[in-house]
Amino acid sequence: MRVVVAEDHALLRDGLTRLLTAYGLEVAEALDGTTGLPEALQRNDVDAAILDVRLPPSFTDEGLRAAIEARRTRPGFPVMVLSQYVEHLYARELLASGEGAVGYLLKDRVADAGEFVDSVRRVAAGGTVLDPEVVAALMHRRGDEPVDRLTEREREVLGLMAEGRSNAAIGHALFVTEKAVAKHINSIFTKLDLPVDVDDNRRVLAVLAWLKV
Amino acid sequence: MTSTRRSPWLATGYGLGHVLMVVPLALLVAGASLIVGLSVVGLGVLLVRPFAPALAGFAGVHRRMAASFLGRDLPKARLTRTGAGPWRQVIAWFGQRTFWQLVLWLLFAATGGLALSALAAGLPFGIIALVATAFGLWSSGEAPLWVSLLLFALGIGLAPLWWYYGDVFMRLRTHTEAAILRPDPNAVLEQRVADLTASRADTVDHSAAELRRIERDLHDGAQARLVSLGMNLGMAADLVDRDPELARQLLQEARHATGAALGDLRSVVRGIHPPVLADRGLIGAVQALALDLPLPVTVDAALPGRPAAPVESAAYFAVAECLANVVKHAGAQTAWVVIAAPKNRLRLQVGDDGRGGVRLDRGTGLAGIARRLGAFDGTMDISSPDGGPTVVTMEVPCEWSSPRTTLSSGTG
Repeated sequence: MRVVVAEDHALLRDGLTRLLTAYGLEVAEALDGTTGLPEALQRNDVDAAILDVRLPPSFTDEGLRAAIEARRTRPGFPVMVLSQYVEHLYARELLASGEGAVGYLLKDRVADAGEFVDSVRRVAAGGTVLDPEVVAALMHRRGDEPVDRLTEREREVLGLMAEGRSNAAIGHALFVTEKAVAKHINSIFTKLDLPVDVDDNRRVLAVLAWLKV
Repeated sequence: MTSTRRSPWLATGYGLGHVLMVVPLALLVAGASLIVGLSVVGLGVLLVRPFAPALAGFAGVHRRMAASFLGRDLPKARLTRTGAGPWRQVIAWFGQRTFWQLVLWLLFAATGGLALSALAAGLPFGIIALVATAFGLWSSGEAPLWVSLLLFALGIGLAPLWWYYGDVFMRLRTHTEAAILRPDPNAVLEQRVADLTASRADTVDHSAAELRRIERDLHDGAQARLVSLGMNLGMAADLVDRDPELARQLLQEARHATGAALGDLRSVVRGIHPPVLADRGLIGAVQALALDLPLPVTVDAALPGRPAAPVESAAYFAVAECLANVVKHAGAQTAWVVIAAPKNRLRLQVGDDGRGGVRLDRGTGLAGIARRLGAFDGTMDISSPDGGPTVVTMEVPCEWSSPRTTLSSGTG
């Protein structure tokens, strides 16, 4: 898998490149800003992009804009957006830029290298990955009675589902079997009146829609 | 006279108000005559000591009435008090423009002003009296028919005069009062200096408190975590050969500590200057804020550009605090935010359909916002009857940096 990386901090850019390479991904281009970024995002030999939200020249949300623009001209192009802070508004804009193949994570998550690379792979495969902090805020905001009907464990599962994790990953995170996870998920979908869907990504989107991203 | 036309009923109401205050007016005129009369023997001057404040108070009532009738702010002209003995005080007043403005106002209020108010107030009564007399004479037959007809015609003839000129009389009076009582520019400047001194002190206090808070947050949060992180890493380095399993555990803990330290730093940064405010400006930041609240918040915003950074930041935190109050105290189903730019001002309105009863002095953080906006000459107005709804309106004078209009609206 070949990816484009755009990150203005040299340390982080090199670290990311090293990390991705160590896990078997190929970094096609590592850019320090928006110069050359639109062209890089159009390259046919690139499978996904990892972009920092803040990039020169104005250090505001160029990375986010570049991601949305790339997905407009190249629908379904997988983009993982990284940021020093996560903003619900930006998550909403990213999710609105096309179904799936999008990720939005805090830079902190890079610390868990295995989990991070796994997220990138899921996004490249068309999945949706949302930072736990965004999900927690959404759950907190939806703190109304349907959420109260869920058990503690079901709420954990719902949170992990909204982050875009697969049944196997949820089971691994909660130290339970995949079968137990499937049972929890069925129960959640019944309690929230959501249609049960076997497709992972459609399931994530249903949960996010229910959380009113 | 540029103000808009008011209804003749309103003019009559105000005129009636003036006429009903004729007793204190007469007393003041009597007082003034007494002072002038007694000043021949030198005693009158002492009477100015109680007379001037009474006159200032009475003129103040009229100034407020004029302001409300004209629908604009009429700044107060102040009689300064020296705190010295009565003689010195009176002499000081004689040297003040405001004192002579008040005297001139009394002259006007007792003559032309009273006449104008009497016209506005009396015309409807005159019309009724004339028509009633005409009917009385006609039904009793005490006078020839033409007298009744003449009185009736006179009464009806006056009606358009009242209808069309009632508010002209009152506008003439109130504009004249506004012109006479216009405060001395020097006094306005002195007042401005006093206000600025107070608001600057508030600002300095506020900044100092903010810096202390940031220092504490960093000290208790990120700094403490980095110290423990360093410790864990040091121990891991020592143990890596002897006890690799424990070293691995320590490294894992260190990784968690970095995450927690980053989280602390993020919350400190949000408190100083939210990144989304830097990215998207006031409108985007308020929309982002609205999205994160547990109730639907409608944001209607249109600005001709971005305000200066300090104003933008103060405006953002003001809206944030108001919305936090809505969530915590209002028990509201929905809330709304309107951001607009009338002339060279930034207007922020935050409303909700909650239980109301919001007051500036009930320790809900609104007083803090009002002080913070005060540093930019901003104002805060709260409308919150018990039972709701609540609308907090804040205005700050503002220069716009770019001519581009940013438009947006939506519900979150």
